[in-house]
Amino acid sequence: MANLFKIAVRNLLRYKRRTLLTASLITVGVVFVLVFVAVAGSFKNMMIGQITDSMIGHVQVHRKGFVASIETLPLNLNLKGGAIARLEKILDAQPEVEAYSPRVKFGGMFSNFTETSSIRLTAIDPEREFKTVPLLPGRVTAGSKELKTGGILIPELLARGMKVKPGDPVVIVATNADGSVNGKQFTVTGVMESATGPGGRDGYIHLGDARELLRMEDRQVSEYAVRLKKFGNLAAFSAKLEGILAGELNQQGKPLFEVHAWEKLSPFFNIARMIDLMTLFIKLMLIAIVLISIMNVMIMAVYERIREIGTIAAIGTQPGKILSMFVIEGFCMGVAGALIGNSVGIGIVQLLNILKIRYDFGQQQGIVLQAGISPADILVISATVIVVSVIASLQPAFKASRMEPIKALRHV
Amino acid sequence: MSLLIAEEVGKNYQVGEVVIPALRGVSFAIDPASFVSFIGPSGSGKTTLLNLIGCLDMPTSGRLTVAGADVGTLDRKQSASFRGANIGFIFQDFNLLPVLTVSENIEYPLLMVQKVPPGERRRRVTALLEAVGMVDQQDKYPDQISGGQKQRVAVARALVTNPKLVLADEPTANLDHQTAYMVLNLMKKMRDEFKTTFIFSTHDQKIVGEAEIIYLLEDGELKGKEVKGGKNNG
Repeated sequence: MANLFKIAVRNLLRYKRRTLLTASLITVGVVFVLVFVAVAGSFKNMMIGQITDSMIGHVQVHRKGFVASIETLPLNLNLKGGAIARLEKILDAQPEVEAYSPRVKFGGMFSNFTETSSIRLTAIDPEREFKTVPLLPGRVTAGSKELKTGGILIPELLARGMKVKPGDPVVIVATNADGSVNGKQFTVTGVMESATGPGGRDGYIHLGDARELLRMEDRQVSEYAVRLKKFGNLAAFSAKLEGILAGELNQQGKPLFEVHAWEKLSPFFNIARMIDLMTLFIKLMLIAIVLISIMNVMIMAVYERIREIGTIAAIGTQPGKILSMFVIEGFCMGVAGALIGNSVGIGIVQLLNILKIRYDFGQQQGIVLQAGISPADILVISATVIVVSVIASLQPAFKASRMEPIKALRHV
Repeated sequence: MSLLIAEEVGKNYQVGEVVIPALRGVSFAIDPASFVSFIGPSGSGKTTLLNLIGCLDMPTSGRLTVAGADVGTLDRKQSASFRGANIGFIFQDFNLLPVLTVSENIEYPLLMVQKVPPGERRRRVTALLEAVGMVDQQDKYPDQISGGQKQRVAVARALVTNPKLVLADEPTANLDHQTAYMVLNLMKKMRDEFKTTFIFSTHDQKIVGEAEIIYLLEDGELKGKEVKGGKNNG
């Protein structure tokens, strides 16, 4: 085998310019894919991080039917006493869970005493919420990041439109589950930007204030946001939790809870999928580049060496060995392209990180690009290039191995 | 016992709808350690006959037995194995592999065809390098040596597997007379040393005289046989 490699490498070096051009083409393809995967992956991870760590959490658990009616934020679909206890006991027992946070979500009217506008409110336990969505405090652009009883974090859009600033008194009016209208005065603690863009109308108040405003006699929760220790475990954990909660039934014998991973709750998942799709197409382009360039080179190599093939066949070289010789040439070219491409690609990614390129996403400005390539990406791309190189060599190699020595020797 | 027996061997080529007979019922026998030449004008069937003897092609009719094997019954893989074990080839254009050095070219059949252990390979290659006088050139590549030297390397490569038979199709066609005689003398010396049968074709009358048995081919038919020191027709 070592001798086959020696002959293959020497044959490749025999046509230095052509080998260099083909290896360069593969290298450019690999570099392009690696850099794209690194940059697009970085953007995707940042986007998912922003969505999950500043708003949604990794997983949410609701009472069955809540998400279907989420536009109206129905208070009658809140979880209550026994269900809350059962769910919290289950979540406490899951080793994958880093933190979880109960929320009450409802709609209301926001008044600055002269004007009124609608607002969507999420009532939270600040300590637990900030552990579950740790980027939430970072969205507060003015005022205090602390949310105490009697305080309210209002969206930037509302603050600007209603000319309200931190420290100002405001009134929230909301309808409780019984249908009666209640109001409560709050002090604006801080102004926060939206995680997803300038159109947000979501504010935050303390859970205790929500109970008072909505006249809740017992503890109620609209949703539980859950943060996992490892984001990579999301799919497995979601499936596991769904399985566990499927056994929790209401008095009618129907499932009590529903579990949704962040993808089901955010339209940004489609953008993430689009990035994945673009990455797939870029990889397909790489495969096409490798396939065509290697096949072209190997067809040329076979054509130019017909007499040599005839000679070694006449001497007694078995067809299988002739096939191996050409396949190994393709393999070596694939390995060379992958090695050089990976080295250059990793170098460019490192350079991008050193340059600290900044970009904006939604309300977030000056986010530093953190391009990264996982060893798995490098392995998959390298393996793809090498396997495709071998496949591309097979047809010309097979042709060489099937050549009649007498005809090959006559070739001029 | 004869090394090679041809019984009414014929070979036809089909060109479009036309059948062209290249050999017409050729019969002869060659003993081991012979030094034989097939002569005749272009198109007389010399190369066709050598291709059949070398198991590179199959006869259309008749029976051709080489080293005990009926070449008409061998399939592709069997032919390759048979050639690797029994036959050495010397080509008109030398056909050395350009990416291998002189010694690697000689070693090639032992390495890639016969799988001979490294020690034995080294011993045989060194012996042949000495025999053909190419020891000093052993690390050179084919494009760094002359035509005569290339043919000496080709002779060594043909002999390295200790074949029963070496076939040479116009081995001196691309060499000047002095070098051609030198190569033929080398082949004869190798025959004497290794007891290998050499069969070569040529249309060069000056070279023909070096053969010990000469067969004359014309229009695909065997027209005569000359044994050094006497002449046999038919």
